[in-house]
Amino acid sequence: MPPSLLLEQLLNGLQFGLMLFLLAAGLTLVFGIMDMINLAHGSLYMVGAYLTATFVGLLGNFWLAVPLAVLGTALIGMLLELTVLRQLYRRDHLSQVLATFALILIINEVVRIIWGSQPLLLSAPEELSGPVEILPGLNYSAYRLTIIGVGLLVAGLLFWLVNRTRVGMWLRAGASNREMAQAMGVPIRPLFTLLFGVGAGLCAIAGAFLGPILAVQIGMGESILILAFVVIVIGGIGSIKGALVGALLVGIVDTAGRAFLPLLLSQVAPPEVAANLGPALASILIYLLMAAVLFFKPQGLFPART
Amino acid sequence: MRWPLLLVLLFLLAFPPIASAMGLEFYQGLLTKIMILALAASSLNLILGYGGMVSFGHAAYFGLGAYTAAILMREGVSSGWVIWAVAVGLSALLALLIGAICLRTRGVYFIMITLAFAQMIYYLVVSFKQYGGEDGLRARRPEFGLFELTDTALYYLSLAVLAGALYLLHRLINARFGRVLQAIRENESRALALGYPVYRFQLLAFVLAGALAGLAGVLMAHYTQYASPNLLAWQQSGHLMMMVILGGVGQFWGGVLGAAALSIVEEVLQDLTIHWQLGVGLILLAVVLFAPRGLAGLWRREP
Amino acid sequence: MRKAVWLLVLLALGFSFALAQPRTVKIGFVSTLSGGGAALGIDVRDGFNLAIRLLGNQLGGLPVEVLAADDQQNPDVARQAVDRMLKRDRVDFMTGIIFSNILLAVGEAIFEEKVFYISPNAGPSEYAGEQCSPYFVNVAWQNDNLHEAMGQYVQTRRFENVFLIAPNYPAGRDALTGFKRFFKGRVVAEVYHRLNQLDFSAEIAQIRAVRPKAVYAFEPGAMGVNFIKQYAESGLLREVPLFLPGFSADSDVIRAVGRALVGIYNSSQWALELNNPVNQRFVEEFRKAYGRTPTLYASQGYDAALLLDTAIKAVGGDLSKKDELRKTMLAGFNSTRGPIKFSPNGYPIQNYYLRQVVQQPNGEIVNRLVGTIFTNHRDAYVDRCRLR
Repeated sequence: MPPSLLLEQLLNGLQFGLMLFLLAAGLTLVFGIMDMINLAHGSLYMVGAYLTATFVGLLGNFWLAVPLAVLGTALIGMLLELTVLRQLYRRDHLSQVLATFALILIINEVVRIIWGSQPLLLSAPEELSGPVEILPGLNYSAYRLTIIGVGLLVAGLLFWLVNRTRVGMWLRAGASNREMAQAMGVPIRPLFTLLFGVGAGLCAIAGAFLGPILAVQIGMGESILILAFVVIVIGGIGSIKGALVGALLVGIVDTAGRAFLPLLLSQVAPPEVAANLGPALASILIYLLMAAVLFFKPQGLFPART
Repeated sequence: MRWPLLLVLLFLLAFPPIASAMGLEFYQGLLTKIMILALAASSLNLILGYGGMVSFGHAAYFGLGAYTAAILMREGVSSGWVIWAVAVGLSALLALLIGAICLRTRGVYFIMITLAFAQMIYYLVVSFKQYGGEDGLRARRPEFGLFELTDTALYYLSLAVLAGALYLLHRLINARFGRVLQAIRENESRALALGYPVYRFQLLAFVLAGALAGLAGVLMAHYTQYASPNLLAWQQSGHLMMMVILGGVGQFWGGVLGAAALSIVEEVLQDLTIHWQLGVGLILLAVVLFAPRGLAGLWRREP
Repeated sequence: MRKAVWLLVLLALGFSFALAQPRTVKIGFVSTLSGGGAALGIDVRDGFNLAIRLLGNQLGGLPVEVLAADDQQNPDVARQAVDRMLKRDRVDFMTGIIFSNILLAVGEAIFEEKVFYISPNAGPSEYAGEQCSPYFVNVAWQNDNLHEAMGQYVQTRRFENVFLIAPNYPAGRDALTGFKRFFKGRVVAEVYHRLNQLDFSAEIAQIRAVRPKAVYAFEPGAMGVNFIKQYAESGLLREVPLFLPGFSADSDVIRAVGRALVGIYNSSQWALELNNPVNQRFVEEFRKAYGRTPTLYASQGYDAALLLDTAIKAVGGDLSKKDELRKTMLAGFNSTRGPIKFSPNGYPIQNYYLRQVVQQPNGEIVNRLVGTIFTNHRDAYVDRCRLR
C-alpha cells in the first residue's frame, strides 16, 4: 500500500469528520444543556444547503452566499425554538422524539413545495474546482482542503467561545448541572434561543460546504443525522471536546473501513465472499465502534455531566 | 371499557364476509396489516412503556422474523408451524444476546446501542446475495395442515394472534412481573434495594418483546409474501416507536391505537395529496402538543 | 366507536364505486415520488401525463382515469398501494415503478390478478428470464442493456483496462455483469460500495492509486450526481476518462452537476434529437408544459402511454380481450425512438445510441447524439423465458 494513498485517505477521513463535527457540536450542546433530543437538527443542515444553493443562484458568488445562508438558517432555527421547541423542554424524551420527527416530515414537504423534488445545483467556487499538488506526485481536491481548513477554523472558534467567554461559561455550567446554573442566575431562556441559533448556523456551514460534493436534495439530513448521533454518543453528550474526538474517530474509521477493509478481506477470503462481506463489514464498522465504546465507557469518552 | 372492546371484536370478526360481499377486500388487507403492526407496536410498548427501555432497534426482531420465514420457505421448509417456532425462537435468542449487552447502559446510550445492533443486523442480512440482498426475498405462504392460508385465513390468524398476545400481555402486566417491571421503570435503585433482580427482569421483558416482534414479522412476511430489507431498517424501528408514542407510552392500548391511527392517517392522506407527509407531520405535532399522553390518554381522562 | 364510523365511510365509498359511470380505462400509477429517487418518478409521471393530455385525456378512444400513488422507494409501501389499486379501485393497467426491487416485490401480485403491468423503467432480469409473465411489458430497457452498450463502446475504443464501480445491491452487480458481457479487456478492479452512499472520497482515492485507463460507474439516482461531482473535484476526470450509462448524464444530472460533465460519453436507448415526428412533438410539448428539458425517464413515461393507446385502439376498447391486447402490444408501437417491437418476454428490441455531453456556443450544456452502438438489440435472458 503506497503511503500517498494512506495520506489521502487520512485527509478524506479528516474532512468528513470535521463536517460531522459541525453537525454534532450543535446537537450535543442542545442535548447536553437543554436535555432535548432534536431529530430535526438534520433538517436544518438541509435548509442550509438549499439556502446556499439559492443564494449562489441569485448572487453568483459562493463566498457571499454562505454567510447569508448561515444567517438565514440560524434565524429559522431560532424561530423554531421560539414557536415549537420551547414547548417541549419540560416534556419527556419520547414526546420530543415524536414532535421533532413530525418537524422532519413538515420541513421536508415545505422544502419540496418551495424548491421541487429534483436535486439542486450547487457547484464549488471556480477557483477551488481543481486539484492541488500537496506532496510531489499526490494531487488532492482543493475544495476538500478548503473544507478541512474551514472545519478547523470553526472548531477553533467554537472552543474559544465555549472555554474563554462568559456565554461559554454559562453553556458549560448548563451542561454539567442545569438547575444549579439556573439558580446561579444564568439567563437560561435567551441563552437557549441563542444556542439554537448557533447550532442551526453550524448545520448550515456543514450544509453549505458539503452541498457542492454531495447532492442538495430532500432527505439529505436524515442519513447524516444518525451519524451525528453516533458521534455525540461516542464523545459523551454535552461535551464539545467529545464531539470533536468522536467526529474524527467516526470520519477516519468509516473512510478507512471503506477503503481498506475489502482489500484486507480479499487477501484472507475467497473473492466472492470478500466482495459480499467487505462492503457490509465496512458499513458496520462505525456501529461496532460505538457499541465497543459504550461497552467500556457507558457514558461515552468524555462525559460532560457530573 | 368492556363494551367498546367487544364491539370492535365483533366488528373485526364479521368484517371479512361483509368485505367480500361488497368488494372491499382491500380494506380487509389493510386491517390485516394494521393488526400485524399493532402486534409489533404492542411488543415494543411492553419494554418502552412498561419497562422504560427505549429500544431504537425493534426492527431487528421484526425483520428477522420475516426473513426467517422467507429463507426457510426458500430452503424447502413448508410447514407454517415449524417456521413460526424457528422464527420466534431466533428472534428471542437475538433479543437475549442484544439485550444482555445493551442493558448495561441507560438513557440515550441505550437508545443508540440498540440502534447500533439493529444496523449491524441490517447490513449483515443485506450482504447475503443469495437471499436477495437489497432486493429482498420472496416468501410464499407456508402450509398449516389444518387450513389453507388464504387472505381471509391470514386475517383471522392475525386477529387470533393479536388477541392472544394482548391477553398474555394484559395478564403479564398486571401480574407480579409487570408490577416489578414498572417499579424498575419508576425507580431502579429502589427496586434494586428491595432485592429485585433488576437486570434479569428487564432482560426477560426484552426477550419477550423480541419474540413477539419476531412473530409479527413472520405474519408480515405471510401478508406481503415478501421479506424486504426495509423491515430491518432504522426507519422501521422509528416507525414502530412513533406508533407507540402516538398511541400512548405505557398505556395498554397504546400500541394498537397508534398502529391503527398512523396507518389510517397515512392511507387517507396519501389518497388525497402528494404532500401527505406534511399532513402526517402536522397531525403528529398536534398530538404531542395537545395530547401529551397519546391517543390512549385521551380515552382515559383520569391521571 | 371510531371503527363504526369508519365502516360507514367504507360502505359509502363502496356504493359510490358500485354506481360506476360509462366505461373508462383506469390506470394505476405507482412510482417513487418522494425521497432521493423522486426526480426519476416525477419525470416518468410528467411524461406519462403529458402523453395522455395530448391524446385528449383518452387512451385508444376510452376516457382515462389515472390513480397515482407514491411508493417512497419502499417495497412495503408499494405493496399497499398496489393492493389498493388492484382490489379497491380495480384498475385495468398498472405502470410507473422506477426501481427493480420495488417491482419484484409487487409484480407477482399484479400478474396474479391478470392485470397488465407496463414498465416505464424497472427491467429486472428475473422477469426477462425464468419468471417472465404474459402480463409484463417493458417500454424502456432490460437492466443490463445500457451497460452492455457502454461495454461494447469502451471495447471498440480499445482501452487496455477499466475500473468498475457500483453500489452493493443486485442491480449494481447485474449492471457490471452487463458491461463485462461486451467489454473483453482487463477489469483492474470492481468496487462495490454501500447503497445510497454520499461520500465517494475513499473509492476515488482507490481509483487514483490504481491508475486505470478508464472508469465505468453505475450510480443510479442521487448517487450519480454525488459521484460525478466528486470525481470532477478530485481532478481525476482530466486524467482518467469516465463512462456512464445514459441516465447519469441526462438533463437532470447536467442541471445538478454542470460543466464537469462536458465531454463525457454515455449510452442510451433515446436521445433528445432523435429525428422522428413522435419524438420532436414530445420534446417540444414537454418543454412547453414543464419548462425543462425532458430526460430519458420522461420519454419512457410518455412511451408507456403511447403503447397503451395503440393497444387499446387495436382491440376496439374491449379490455377483456387479454390475449389480443398482449399480441398487439408485443407487435410494437410508434415510440419516441421510432417504431419498436418486443421479444416474447415483453422486453423491447431496439437500438442503443452513443451520446456525448457538449457545451454549445450559447453556453447551454446538452447531451448530443453521436452514433449507434447496437441495432435491434435484444436482452440476454430472453431464451430462458418459456413464453413464445
